[in-house]
Order: sequence, then C-alpha cells, then structure tokens
Amino acid sequence: MMCVLILAAAAGAVAAFLILRIWVVLRSRDFTPRESLSILVVAGSGGHTTEILRLLGSLSNAYSPRHYVIADADEMSANKINSFELDRADRDPNNMYTKYYIHRIPRSREVRQSWPSTVFTTLHSMWLSFPLIHQVKPDLVLCNGPGTCVPICVSALLLGILGIKKVIIVYVESVCRVETLSLSGKILFHLSDYFIVQWPALKEKYPKSVYLGRIV
Amino acid sequence: MKCVFVTVGTTSFDDLIACVLAPDSLQKTESLGYNRLILQIGRGTVVPEPFSTESFTLDVYRYKDSLKEDIRKADLVISHAGAGSCLEALEKGKPLVVVINGKLMNNHQLELAKQLHKEGHLFYCTCSTLRHCTPAW
Repeated sequence: MMCVLILAAAAGAVAAFLILRIWVVLRSRDFTPRESLSILVVAGSGGHTTEILRLLGSLSNAYSPRHYVIADADEMSANKINSFELDRADRDPNNMYTKYYIHRIPRSREVRQSWPSTVFTTLHSMWLSFPLIHQVKPDLVLCNGPGTCVPICVSALLLGILGIKKVIIVYVESVCRVETLSLSGKILFHLSDYFIVQWPALKEKYPKSVYLGRIV
Repeated sequence: MKCVFVTVGTTSFDDLIACVLAPDSLQKTESLGYNRLILQIGRGTVVPEPFSTESFTLDVYRYKDSLKEDIRKADLVISHAGAGSCLEALEKGKPLVVVINGKLMNNHQLELAKQLHKEGHLFYCTCSTLRHCTPAW
C-alpha cells in the first residue's frame, strides 16, 4: 500500500515537473543575436518540398549548416534539394563550402493511409526522429506541413524539455491552406515558436499567427 | 505549334490522364487548334503510348528535373491542384485550368483553386466537368 502511494506521488511529481518544463520551453523566446544558425528543414514529399525550397530561395548564408530531413525512398526530394543547393553555390561563389546534409526517416503517413494506422506509424517515426534531432541539435527547425514534421518538431521540443537544447520551431503553413489549417498545422500551432500563415482568412481565425502575405 | 501541357506533379491522377485522352477530348483539343499534347503523368498507372501524326503529337513522361521548359512552351496548362504546379504556371503567365482530384483526403487543394479562381487567375473543374470548361479552352 505504501509502495503504491509512493509510486503515485513520484509519478505525480514527474508529471508536474514535465508540465512545468513544457510550459517554460513553449513560453521562452531566445533573442540572443547569433552569427549563424544551424537549420533543420523538413522536406515532405512532392509539393511540400517544392514549397519549402521556394521558401529557402532567399535565405541568407547565416543559416548554415543546413540539414534536410526527407522520407525514406523519397529520391525526388533528394534530387530537388541537391539541385537547389548546387544552384545556390553557383549563384554565390563565396557560398561554395557551405555544407548541407540530407537525412532520411520513415514516413509518418502515406497519402490516403487510414487514420488509426497513422498513429502507429507516427509513433514509429518519433522513435527514429528523436535520435536524429539529438544528434544534429539544430538551432532552428523549419517545416511546412507534411506529416513527417510532427515527430520531428515534437522531438525538437523534447530536447528543450529535457534541458538539452532549446530549438526554435518555425512552421509555415502551406500556401494551399486558405481557410483551414492542415492537421499538422493544428497540432503544431500550439507547439511552434513562430507559426506563419499565407492568407488573411487564417490570420483572422488564428490571431496569434504571423501573416506576411504569400511568401513562397 | 499550339501546345497543351498537362501536369500532375508528383502525384498519381489517372482520372485526369484518362479524361484528357478520351476520344472526344482529343477531338476537342485538335478542333481548338492545338496540335501538341504533353502529358506529365507522375506516379500514375495509366501510361499512354506517345505518338506523332502529321497533325498531332502526343508526348508522355513521368518526371523531369524541371517543368519550366514545358510550361514555357505551352499555350494552355491543365494541372492538378498542387501549389507548386499552379504557382509555376501562373508565374509564366500561362492560361491555367486546374482539375480537382476528388479522391484526395479532405481535398484541401480545392481551397487554393477556389481562392485563385476568385482572384481571377485560373479556371477550375473536376474530371467530369473538364470538357465543359470552355472559356479556358
């Protein structure tokens, strides 16, 4: 009986501590000026990759090194990223030695996959995302909505909660989303540091979001 | 040479490909003065045989590193409702007909097509209403 009580008290204390950590991490805004920021970019398949590369088109050299995360077997995204980085290097000779890396993780969800099974594949992705995030320890994570980004962002958040590193999470909702948020958006709205939408109707519905017009 | 470019991005959109290749669609395409049809079929399972006659050419491929050239050459672009495809076509100033894929989850692509249509940038329809999308054709 005593054991159960002690265990319950311990579990309660851990839970309270975690909730406090989550609250602290979500609230903190780190404004330390830095010369460079390592960035982890989540490139979901197809259109998501195209959009995020359009977004990165004007990114300054201060954002390096760049780590890209793509789904297993998504060779198309790998090719697009390689072309993009080559173009970038061509346009700016001083940039030639900026390193970039491509990492692969399993997909959270296939197009048209049923929702119940998505829970399992997402948990599986989380199991594999966390070691990657822990290894890379980026300063900033940038994503734009594919299912793949949820485990990544949650892993980044976990790094902060565990006191390892505070990672800035920037979520840019796809330009496809005019009136409603994607499922990833709805989840990450509460977990990201900067949540950017590209249409005024969304800014109205989510006043805490950032609206800069179309940015892709 | 007037050219129609059909693109489905990285998706599979067999219904659109089949619809565009239906005999009455091809007839309509030719009657409107187009003599070249390029199909970018992505992951689709409907893989038409390319052909070339005196009056009409059909090209088919899955992917290219960049669709810029094909969009540039086109007089009309018929596209799935992907943001990348729409933005690329509109940036090149091409007349654009967007076809909504009814089989996608929640069909979020419809939002973008509707909004861009409201702003006067494109026409949108479904496979079954494509042939009636006459203003664009």
